[in-house]
Amino acid sequence: MAKRDTWKDVEKGATIKRPGSAREYKTGDWRSQRPVYDQDRCIKCGVCYLYCPDAAIKIRPDGFIEIDEYYCKGCGICARECITGAFKMVPEGREEAKKK
Amino acid sequence: MSERIGIEVSLAVAEAAKMAKVDVVAAYPITPQTHIVEGLAELIAEGHLDAEYVCVESEHSAMSACLGSAAVGARTFTATAGQGLELMHEVVYVAASMRLPIVMVVANRALSSPLSVWGDHSDVMAVRDTGWIQVFAESGQDAFDLTIWAFRVAEDKRVLFPVMVNLDGFHLTHVVEPIEMPSQEEVDRFLPPNDYPQSLDPAKPITMGSFAVPQFFTEIKKAQEVDFEKTRPIIRETWDEFAKVFGRKYQAVEKYKTDGAETLLLTMGSFSQTASLAIDELRKNGEKVGQIRLRLWRPFPFEELKEAVRGAKRLIILDRAISYGGPGGPVASEVKSALYDVDNAPKIASFIAGLGGRDVLPEHFIDMINRGVELADKGQEGPYEMLGVRE
Repeated sequence: MAKRDTWKDVEKGATIKRPGSAREYKTGDWRSQRPVYDQDRCIKCGVCYLYCPDAAIKIRPDGFIEIDEYYCKGCGICARECITGAFKMVPEGREEAKKK
Repeated sequence: MSERIGIEVSLAVAEAAKMAKVDVVAAYPITPQTHIVEGLAELIAEGHLDAEYVCVESEHSAMSACLGSAAVGARTFTATAGQGLELMHEVVYVAASMRLPIVMVVANRALSSPLSVWGDHSDVMAVRDTGWIQVFAESGQDAFDLTIWAFRVAEDKRVLFPVMVNLDGFHLTHVVEPIEMPSQEEVDRFLPPNDYPQSLDPAKPITMGSFAVPQFFTEIKKAQEVDFEKTRPIIRETWDEFAKVFGRKYQAVEKYKTDGAETLLLTMGSFSQTASLAIDELRKNGEKVGQIRLRLWRPFPFEELKEAVRGAKRLIILDRAISYGGPGGPVASEVKSALYDVDNAPKIASFIAGLGGRDVLPEHFIDMINRGVELADKGQEGPYEMLGVRE
């Protein structure tokens, strides 16, 4: 069912015939706050990568990390778990968040 | 050729599931349904039925197992009663919304508390809006026939909704009745093998029972309701087919001695037979009374009901469940709303009786009709009257 289809386009039982479509769902839309990453504090330990419940943190080839904002729900677990305090949670829409 | 035998109704229902060649039975025993699933367990253990019997740890698991089984295209049967139906409640909705053609027999039982293993319609009324096709059996023959029919209509590719066959706990489940048992050949002629069109298949993966965000949920529910409405003619058609093969005709609303009747008694389930004795008695005395029996409960037969009550002055309704603080018993309130926009609709008197296994005898029905005529003519105060309660 594409985004603006009508009820007539619904498969019986709302069955989804195309596998893997869940990855198109932009859970990043749920975010009310955003983690802002400070690379200078990062020690490349990977704790944030392990804890992220949405696998929205990727480790770059240089060992630092990158946040996938398409999926990041802004739960703040990375900021809570980070040993060196390299994440700051900032309300969505504020200047500091936009700057990033 | 069919054969008429005396058999306990529960065991006849087990036999019906056997003749329907079910693939999977997932059920948890609970009074008064127990003999149905015990019967099936025995049929499978003895090798009379080639099916998987899943011994589950609760009714919630029973219906959950049924979802999985129906989703791979296996013909799936379960049965429950009372508290068991309530324990599986959330999964009952899922079965209908996922369009899984499961057949469930409910041996209707009262709900706690106080604990009662005896019959009334409280259990099924609590699952009224789950999206299942729901029918009521009046006799052992009905229970047998409707169980076979249920698979046919559920699995029809234009339907694909689960079907609930209700039979009164003890009043039907535990009595021995003469039942016409068809031959396997006749059943096979009526009931083709299940060919579920969207079954789970590793070679062709699909997602069933996913989640839906607000942008999709309303469309999905509308599609489900529109499809459910479309089952009405197919229910009729499959009952016609049933009559062709087995010679017994079922209808959404069935009439008994309604010709020229000014007063109609509306009943549902096994009490309809008892009530008909009261009708016979009153007719003998020249009173213009008749009976209508609601066979199909969901989808509710609005048109058939309107047609059946046309011309009657009074309609007396028996409910075997209470809607606390509501507009009367569930059947009466449905019937009242169905007739709201009908010109010259009959005046209604609503009664609640037969709770928790309390008998309602023919003489009680005569009292109900006499009292109902009085109430309908002067206007009933309050939503209903409880009959046979010690004051």
